[in-house]
Parts: sequence; C-alpha cells; structure tokens
Amino acid sequence: MTSSPIQSVAKKTPDGFARKIRGLSDRTIAWIFVAPTIFLLLAVNIFPLIWTIRLSFTNFRVNRPNNDVEWVGLRNYERILGDPDIWNTMQATAHFLIWTITLQVLIGFTLAYLINKKFRGNDMWTTIIVFPMMLSPAVVGNFWTFLYQPQIGLFNYVIAFFNGVDPASFSMIGDVNLAPWAIIIADTWMWTPFVMLICLAGLRSIPDSIYEAAECDRASKWRQFWTITIPMALPFLMLAVLFRGIENFKMFDLVVQLTGGGPGNTTTLTSIDLKREAFERWRTGYSSAYAVILFVTVFGLASIYVKALNKVKER
Amino acid sequence: MKNTLLTSAAAGAILASGLSSVAMADGHATDLTLCWAAWDPANALVELSRDFEDQSGHTMNFEFVPWTSFADRMLNELNSGGQLCDLMIGDSQWIGSGAENGHYVQLNDFFDANGIDMGDFIPATVTGYAEWPKNTPNYYALPAFGDVVGWTYRKDWFERPEIQAEFMETYGRALGVPETLDELTDIAQFFQGRDIDGTTVYGAAIYTERGSEGITMGVTNWLYNYGFEYENPDQPYDVDGFVNSAGAVAGLEAYRELYETGTPPGSSNWYMGENIDAYRSGQVAMQMNFAFIWPGVEADENVGGGRSGYFPNPAGPAGQFAQLGGQGISVVSYSEKQDAALEYIQWFAQPEVQARWWELGGYSALSAVVEDPGFAASQPYAQTFLDSMAIVKDFWAEPAYADLLLATQDRVHNYVVAGEGTAQEALDGLVRDWIEVFEDEGKL
Amino acid sequence: MSFSVTEPTKGTKWFAGFLVVAYAIITLVPLLWIVATGFKSPADSIAYPPVVVFEPTLEGYVNLFTDRTRATDDMLAEAGPPETWYDEIARERGTIITGPSRYGERFLNSVIIGFGSTALCMILGTAAAYAFSRFRVPLKDDLLFFILSTRMMPPIAVAIPIFLMFRNLGLNDTHLGMILLYTAVNLSLSVWLLKGFIDEIPMEYEEAALIDGYTRFQAFYKVVLPQAATGIASTAIFCLIFAWNEYAFAVLLTSGTAQTAPPFIPNIIGVNGKDWPAVAAGATIFLVPVMVFTVLLRKHLLRGITFGAVRK
Repeated sequence: MTSSPIQSVAKKTPDGFARKIRGLSDRTIAWIFVAPTIFLLLAVNIFPLIWTIRLSFTNFRVNRPNNDVEWVGLRNYERILGDPDIWNTMQATAHFLIWTITLQVLIGFTLAYLINKKFRGNDMWTTIIVFPMMLSPAVVGNFWTFLYQPQIGLFNYVIAFFNGVDPASFSMIGDVNLAPWAIIIADTWMWTPFVMLICLAGLRSIPDSIYEAAECDRASKWRQFWTITIPMALPFLMLAVLFRGIENFKMFDLVVQLTGGGPGNTTTLTSIDLKREAFERWRTGYSSAYAVILFVTVFGLASIYVKALNKVKER
Repeated sequence: MKNTLLTSAAAGAILASGLSSVAMADGHATDLTLCWAAWDPANALVELSRDFEDQSGHTMNFEFVPWTSFADRMLNELNSGGQLCDLMIGDSQWIGSGAENGHYVQLNDFFDANGIDMGDFIPATVTGYAEWPKNTPNYYALPAFGDVVGWTYRKDWFERPEIQAEFMETYGRALGVPETLDELTDIAQFFQGRDIDGTTVYGAAIYTERGSEGITMGVTNWLYNYGFEYENPDQPYDVDGFVNSAGAVAGLEAYRELYETGTPPGSSNWYMGENIDAYRSGQVAMQMNFAFIWPGVEADENVGGGRSGYFPNPAGPAGQFAQLGGQGISVVSYSEKQDAALEYIQWFAQPEVQARWWELGGYSALSAVVEDPGFAASQPYAQTFLDSMAIVKDFWAEPAYADLLLATQDRVHNYVVAGEGTAQEALDGLVRDWIEVFEDEGKL
Repeated sequence: MSFSVTEPTKGTKWFAGFLVVAYAIITLVPLLWIVATGFKSPADSIAYPPVVVFEPTLEGYVNLFTDRTRATDDMLAEAGPPETWYDEIARERGTIITGPSRYGERFLNSVIIGFGSTALCMILGTAAAYAFSRFRVPLKDDLLFFILSTRMMPPIAVAIPIFLMFRNLGLNDTHLGMILLYTAVNLSLSVWLLKGFIDEIPMEYEEAALIDGYTRFQAFYKVVLPQAATGIASTAIFCLIFAWNEYAFAVLLTSGTAQTAPPFIPNIIGVNGKDWPAVAAGATIFLVPVMVFTVLLRKHLLRGITFGAVRK
C-alpha cells in the first residue's frame, strides 16, 4: 500500500550502475526475474482468457459434449447486448459498486484520520478493526443471512432497540427495496478496514514539515485539511477505490451466499448472473461472450482510471 | 480432542488397510467412491455401507456435496468425464442427461442377470428415478432414496382448547389437518402473528429459494393440484395452454397469497434448511419440506416426541399431487471400477439391506419394505410417507432440465416473492421460455 | 509554545480514540456473534428470539470434527457406554460418532494451499518487482498494467477454460494446481505492492555492495531482501488473506482431495438441518491462523504501509 505502485514513470537504471555487474548482464537477470511471473500469468490468466474469447464465438455447451460445435460469429454478443435483463444486473452492480465504494472511502478515511491522531492504543484498535476482512467472504455472507433473519437474527433486534420499531416489521433480505442495502452493509462491514489501511498509509506519508509550514502561515486547521491532507492523500484514496472497484465488480462469494441474487433480481450482480449462465444453464459459448464483455468493461474503466490516477500522482 | 480423533482415524486406517490387504489376496479389493448430497440420510448411508465393506472387502469412500452446490459440482464432474465418482446418487431430474449423454451405465442387463426386478420397487420411484425415456423399461439407476414433499405441523398447538375454540369461531370448522390447500392457507393465516406462549408465531414455512430449485419444488405442489400440466397429454412438448391454463394461474396466485399472508417475515429465500430452522425454533405452525427431515423432527428436543404431526400435501380443485424428490443410484460410465460399483448396487438392492436402510432413517423405495404390515406403525410419519408417495409428480427430467428449471425459478420467484407482474404473465413467460428451450433442443 | 504544531491536543486524541473504539466495538459485534454461536447448543443457536445469555457447550466443536449418525436402540446397545466426553455429548443427542469429519482434511488443505501459494507468490513477486524497480525492462509500463489487468477477470469467467486445462494437465483437484492458481491471482497485487517497497530502498546500498565485489544476485539476496522484509511481510498478509478465504475457484475446481475449508464451512449439515454451532465453530477456528499471522506481523503491517509511503 504505497505511493509507488502507481508510479508509471519507472526509475531509470543509472548508466554507471549498469556497467558494474559481473557475470550475467542486467538484461539477462531482469528476464530471469520477470519471466516466471509472466509465464505463470500467461498460463493461468491469459491462455484461459484467449480460450474464453475463442469459445465466445461458438455455441459450445460443456454439458452437451456430443453436439457439434459451430461458429456463430457475433451472435452471442448480439444476444447479450440486446437482453434487458443483463442491463438490470449491470444496474444492480453499479448501485452496489457506487455505494460500497462511497461508504467504505468515507468511513475508512475518517477512521484512518482519527487513528492518525495517534491516541494511546491506536495500534491495537487498528488491528482489531482489521479482523472482519480476514474472514472468508463466503462464510461472512452465510452468517449475515443469519444475522438478517427477522426472527432469529441479531440485526433487526439491534435496530429495533435503537429506534423502537417492531423487529418483525422489516426484512433486510426479503424486501426488494432493502436487499440491495443489505449486501452493501455486509460488504462495507467487511472491507472498510482495507480502505482504512490504505488511507492510513497515505496520511502517514505526509511529512510533518508541510503542516508546520502551514501553521507558520497561520492557515486554519480546516484549510490545512483541504489544501494539504486531502490532496496529499488523494492518490492513496484513488488506489483504494481502484482495488475495491475491481474486487467488487467481480463480487460473487459474499453476495451469492447472502441473498443468492434475490429477491427477484434485485441483488443479481453480473458475476452471479454469469455463474448461472456458465454453470447452471451451461451455455458455455454464451457465457464466454458475457465474460469477455465484462472483462472489456473493467479493463476499459480501469485503464481510464489508472491514467487519471497517474495524472493526480504527477501533480 | 482432535488428537484422539486423529489417533482413532489412524487406527481405523490401519484396520482398513489390514482388511483390504486380506481382500487384496483374492484380487478383488477396490476403493469405491460414492457421490451424493451432504445431508442427514448420507450419514445413515455411511453407517449402512459398513456391512458392504465387511462382506465384499471393498473400501467405500464418500463424496458428499451440499445441496446448494450439488448439481453444479456433480454435473460439472459428469460433463467433464471425471472419474471421481464410481457411484452417483444423482437427483431425479438428471436421469435424462445421464442417459442421453452417456454419463450413466444402463443397468437392464445387470438387473436381469442378478434377478433385480424393478417391479419390486414403488412404481413412482422407478418412473421418477430410474427410467429414461420415462415409461419405457430402460433403467439407468436403482431407486435409492424415496422422497416427497409433505407437511409437518405443531400438533401441540393445534390441540390447545383455546386455539381450537377460536378457530372454530372464525372459520366455522374444527382445527385439524387441512383437507385442501385453501384450508391450509386459512390455518396459516390464522396462526400468522398469533401470540403463543409469549412469542409471535407465523403460519407456514414454504419454499421460496431462488438460486437452485427451491421455489419450484414448493410451488408445483399448488400448481399440480390446481390443474397445471407440463404438456399436452396427447402431444409431447406442447406446453401452451397447459402450463399457463386458468387452473395453473389460480394455483400460482394461491401460492403467492399464502406467501403474502401466512409466512414469516424475511422468508424470501428459504429452502429445506431454513424451513427446518424456522420450524424447530418455534416460529411457524406448519412447514413444507421433503420427507427426509421427518426422522430428525421426531428426534428434536423442541418439536419432537409427539409434538409434531405429519400430513401429505392437501388436495386442490384439480386433484391431489405432491412434488417428488429423491434419487436413484447409478454407475458412472467413466468409472474404471464398474464391476465393484455394480456389486454395491446388487448388495444395496437386497431386501434385508433395504429394511435396515429404513431403520437407519433412509426412505427405502422397495415395496416389500413399505408394504410390510408393521411399516405404517413403525414411525409416526410412515403412513404419511406412504400416502404421499402414492400421489407424486415430478418435474421435467429432460437432458435440458436445468434450463427448464432455471426458467421456472426465475418466473415463479419473481412473481411470488418480488411481486413482479401477474400470475398470468409469469406463466405466459414461462411458456415462452420453455418453448425456446425445446426449440433449441430440437424437440419442437 | 512548547508543543509541536503537528501533535494533536489531548482533547483531540480523546475524541478520536473514543470514535475509533466505538467503531471497533460495533464492528466486533457480528464477529463475536459468530464466535458465541460456536458455543451454543443447536437449539440456542436458532432461538427465537435470539439469546445473548446461554449455557456454553462444546457440542458445536464436537460436531465440527466428527461425523455422527442417528442411532437406533440396538446400535446404542451395541456401542456400549460412552467412552469420552465428546462421545457423551453426541450420545445426549441420540447419535453416535462414526468417525472424524472432513474438516481436518479441508483445514490442512487450506494450510498447504494458502501458505504454499503465499510463499510462491512472494518469491516470484519479489523477483519480478525487483526487476521492474531496478532494470530497464522493455515495455515496462505495459507489462505492469498487463499484470494488474489479470486481476480484473471475474473468476467465474475463466473457470471453465481453467477447469478444462487443468484436467488435461492432471492438475484438477490437486494442491499444486490450486497453489499455482492462487499464486497467479495474487501476483498482480504482490508485484504492484512490492515494487513500491523496493523502489523506496536507496540504490546506493546495492551500488556499495557491487563495488565491494558482490554479484548482482548476492546484492539482491543480501542487501535488498533484508531491507524489503517489512514490505514482503505486509504483502504476504494480503496474499494469505485472499488465498486462505477464496471461494469461487475452490468450489468449482476442487472436490475430494484438494478442497479448502471455505466451501466446506457454510454447509456443515448436522443430524437435523444446518448445524449453525458447527458452522460457527468452523469459521472461528478457521479465522485463528490468519488472525495470529496478522497480529504477529502487526508491526510490519503498519510499518510496511508507512515505510513504503515515505516520499523522497
């Protein structure tokens, strides 16, 4: 969690330095060091991706091994892009993404800001706050269904205790209006610590001298916050948003265990929909096209985002 | 504790290896793997299979996968020609694809050679679990576990005089086991929100689950009894007008009415496990569930020991049917140990083993077991099981069953739980979906 | 004024501390609820309304580690009196223990795959990060983005080709296959993080080492690695957390031999429906290794974060 991952301008190897090697040349060593990583990624990520792209132009179905596989051109893509249901799942995903990221950044940053006040025991409390993200998302999803049960779960009783409503009067995962919030709450509970950690790194990277200078200029705390803290921590915030964005775009395990995508299609995120196409309907070709569309979407959004990030960094 | 367990496991392993080395001597010992769902009856099967291990010298391994991922995991295994499972206790709807895609070994010759007669098994289970195409004597499985949707109710609540009196006053009839689905809905509404011993209770826990097959297994109990048909009896795959008939629409509306007015808040994604939890914790007066849970209900500290009663799915305007569950046991064609696997089936089919199976909590599908004069009285739920097995109907078992099922899940769940559109629209939509599947399959 | 301008006042500290502790307590409630459920009896676990005060029992833990079957009377008679305390707990429910459950195996698989892939990932990731940090690698920026982009693929999307590929290579349902898979998934994050840490290590150290006659490998091994240890440790925590808890690939690609615990835990079925205490017990035990690992490396985690972040 550092500023450096986002540095796109790599440091140059000083010329004098490069000449001082004995034995293998730097170039060779560089390749020896990088090659295993690239090879593994090619084998486990890129090769399957190419395979997926290939399959996306066919009508192949894993559960019909005896059927002829035909090339169908772009038909799978046309069907997906013309399907209103897919746009609904995209909408559900967008709602989930926007709110989880907003809440996690707000809460995570606030926590990091408070922890950075270096009160006594802040180390210990930071470690405690990090616990939820160590759980398995599948187990978390499973337990939150339990917590959300109006009769036997804890959630409704706690809410009822604070605002006096009948615990049975609302149902977080049964109500079409509340269910999208149910998954947002669970995800925020689990992943706010991650954002907090990155923000904390950002805040601690700001040298004290800058604040001291500002203090000399008699800038108010409020002004210091907006002109120093936020701009200096922004690259970290953006990095947190990038990682949470990528992860939540792929969100599967927590939500599938929590709501199964229901009620109706209200929490059917794209990954859940994709899993149904691929592993329940077994429309391999179709789901491959679906996967490619999703990948292109994330890839496109992420590249634009990383460009913006680098701009912020270079400022 | 773990240490001791590990020690005993090690001891068991040594014992087992000792046994198998003995059997190795005559060259027959095989490690067999049986795949099934991870649920209560599976534990009983492990216990039952010890006899087989002792007799044959083979070693049994078990691969139990939770219901929610059972179909994904196992169909993945079969579709990829995997050799994990030698024996598969696969869901009844898989039989079509098992037979047509060559996942399962056809068992006719084996049955003939070993004197296993399908006539000895409950007819509905033979049709439901073993035959493909349906109603032809081509067998791909031996009925292994009979199961059917039925109802459990709180006898102790039903019998309370004050509740009896109030029900009589409200509905003008005595409170008892419902004769019809409408009566069941009345009872559910009567209990909904009622205060019993200081807690608020609700009417009935019913299937609403969306992800796998839950709501379909529930709603069909209404649809069948209100006049839904899968297809034109005279013309296969002709679904329009049968799936979305006026009766079917009324049945779907009635299921939604029960969901809206007689089920616990938050029961929007419930299947077997959630219904059991709701019933055991005293939230509901009745629960819909497969019969496999009944032995567990009888043994439960809160609701067992005579506090619960059982009844088959009540009749509707168009007849009385109940959704079939259960599975047959098949030999996987990709297995290299088919002989030993067949040996297991031969052993399993024996009447003594089947009787023991029932005793351990497995629902035997062998007629000799269930027709035994002592059977009906052997357990409080035995008669209900018999009555239910006599009225079963099953979902499609076509190779494309998964597509047909998913369409049903979506259409029905979206209408019943999420309240989208009307019942007529939902079933009309289902007709369109199914026609599309059948066209893809070349059936239409 | 004697205090540093950047040191918060006492009041501010108190206020900040109060808010953070309040948040920590709220966030702990669901976690404590899971831990508590592990010590409830099955009836208490689904009590309606929920119970906060209950009589603790180890039944959930017994159920987690054993397979049981409902016993008929003759089985009970044959089995004789219970021999151990856990036998006794099982008998009270009218069941007898038939053997150890598969939780132990699944847990062990998680240890092998989780720690194995984390180790491999650190080795490959550190090497690659070092190369990216110190050498002119052709198309460096593109390669880095390419490495990041491999994390953007939803696991479901590549699961079918990976399944088919693994089957052809005989890697399906093997520890090695899962280790390679999780390593690949984690590599992008690791390379990005580690490059940041290594970038921060002044190059002068290596230059000095090279002048002293170290080879490039020695310089990397003896100078850079110790300096990067903190960064490696905090990266390892993130990798371990992911590999330890991964669900989608585990559920789709593994079954008997190499399945990890996450697909197993949520679905522990007892004699009567879902066994919530056993599920909670399984989740609690499963949390312990990562928790211990994190608490032990706590200083590294926090230092690692700040260390890499100090700008030049």
